[in-house]
Amino acid sequence: MSPGAEPSVFWRGFRHGLPFLLVIVPFGLLFGVAATEAGFSLAEVLGFSVLVIAGASQFTAVQLMVEQTPTVMVLLTALAVNLRMAMYSASLTPHLGNARAWHKALIAYFLVDQAYAVAIQEYEARPDHSLGQRIIYYAGVCTPICPLWYLATLLGATVGQAIPPEFALDFAVPITFLAMLAPMLRTLAHLAAASVSVVLALALAFLPAGTGLLVAAAAAMATGAQVESWQNRRRA
Amino acid sequence: MIYSTAEIWGIILALGVGTFVLRFSFLGLIGGRPLPAWVLRYLRYTPVAVLPGLVAPAVIWPAAAGGAFDLPRFLAAAATLAIGVATRSNLAAILGGMAALYLALFSLGWAP
Repeated sequence: MSPGAEPSVFWRGFRHGLPFLLVIVPFGLLFGVAATEAGFSLAEVLGFSVLVIAGASQFTAVQLMVEQTPTVMVLLTALAVNLRMAMYSASLTPHLGNARAWHKALIAYFLVDQAYAVAIQEYEARPDHSLGQRIIYYAGVCTPICPLWYLATLLGATVGQAIPPEFALDFAVPITFLAMLAPMLRTLAHLAAASVSVVLALALAFLPAGTGLLVAAAAAMATGAQVESWQNRRRA
Repeated sequence: MIYSTAEIWGIILALGVGTFVLRFSFLGLIGGRPLPAWVLRYLRYTPVAVLPGLVAPAVIWPAAAGGAFDLPRFLAAAATLAIGVATRSNLAAILGGMAALYLALFSLGWAP
């Protein structure tokens, strides 16, 4: 590896991150609008996007807070949405585990779905890359994605205050969730988990806010895992 | 909003720290030890287990319609899901869902 290769590795990552702006920018805008509609201040809306930097869990927290859910339930449910990130962390460890502690802290902070998806593909396709190159590539991927997440949120929060209720933006949040969810329904196990989640969440809606959802989610996870095992056994 | 400003910032901070811990977990703390297969199997289904249950009550009993069933919003939800499954694109599903919402509200009457 020549030292001159680093900039090209960075720009390669940058190019790979770029197409995700098509998803990140509308999501960020929508989050800014939805959270502002829900009554959060500009600083709070930005606080979510900068400190949490995980769209689905931010939408979850806002939705549950609109429903006046107790704080503990808001946190448990929103963090449950982010459990997948522990999986990303585990899967990147063989490639980045030897980086310096503060590098790993930065990598972890920026570990959004899109950064993970792009980076893991690159690392598996180019096992000859050095640790330094992998880190520079990762920085390249995050450079277009993460700052635009903040900016889009800021823009959404600013214009959100000017949008009248006739535009029914109350329903932008459910629509965003469904849009995130639909492409995940790719196997029987995913479909079964989603169905159990819906049925139990509706059936347990009489429970104190947030409780029914936690029970439904736990049962749905078990269902998905169980269906997957059954299918694997039948195939074996 | 029933939460005080301090409670809101408490939630934002706790969610931020908790999310960071999840992201840092294996990379920074646990090291290279592999996860048991059954744990990975459960983790795979977290988004698909939480999101549908979260969204279902908001679709069936939307707050904007006073918690009553609202046909335009239900149709918009169905359209979003169908477009998302067919195209596998988040963006197409959002745009199609919002278009369906406005179309249904316009033709079926707006529920305040």
